[in-house]
Amino acid sequence: MKHRDFIGSLAALAVSPHVSTTDPLVWSFTRGMPVLPGRVKLEVPALAGNGHSVAMTVRVDSPMTPSDHVRAVHLIAAKNPVRDMAVFYLGACPRAEVSSRIRLNGSQRIVAIAELSDGSFWSDAAYIEVREAACTDGG
Amino acid sequence: MALARIDLPHEARRGELVEVRIVIQHPMETGFRRAPQGERVPRNAIHSLACRYDGAEVLRAKLSTGIAANPFLRLFLRATHSGALDLRWLDDDEVQGAAQTRLVVSP
Repeated sequence: MKHRDFIGSLAALAVSPHVSTTDPLVWSFTRGMPVLPGRVKLEVPALAGNGHSVAMTVRVDSPMTPSDHVRAVHLIAAKNPVRDMAVFYLGACPRAEVSSRIRLNGSQRIVAIAELSDGSFWSDAAYIEVREAACTDGG
Repeated sequence: MALARIDLPHEARRGELVEVRIVIQHPMETGFRRAPQGERVPRNAIHSLACRYDGAEVLRAKLSTGIAANPFLRLFLRATHSGALDLRWLDDDEVQGAAQTRLVVSP
């Protein structure tokens, strides 16, 4: 084994503690590539009174130049009926930051995965305690 | 026809970072909710959205029912020259929505 291959396999071992790369939803865009922790900051409140509308900001540490930029940010909910909440494809954005308001079906972990122009994936996760869930009122 | 509001500073200097806030009036119906008579309200959410500044795409998004009703988005763009900010979206009923505003850039 060549030295750089060995370093490469070490990097593959340093998988994200935030997601399982074999999760079909994650696999659908990573194609099994490692998802590394870091570079992404997912900001959500620790506690939400209800899950109907929760403020969310995701920020990626990137210079956003043509050679080094964020291609997309995937937002995944652990316990929503529709787990892929949103995908943001960044174009001529000078700052890799997007905010929105999300809907949550109960307390759960949210993961943001950023896909960079070099093909690498980075992630951050946050747990939100939701007192009253959205989505499933009355069935 | 859905309505949208795009908030921009009145004027920006060339090269300045501009914050754009978007709110679209849309129920983002999940498909799980029941009407008072008990029947299911069919799912209807905005699934695609694109925001262009002066012809160039700034942000494209695939949304789902995981986004709250009356979707809010905040993003940034670099003021280069005066031009249109064009927002388009499509929901599950294949109803297309659009909103436009103009960013005025002073040299």
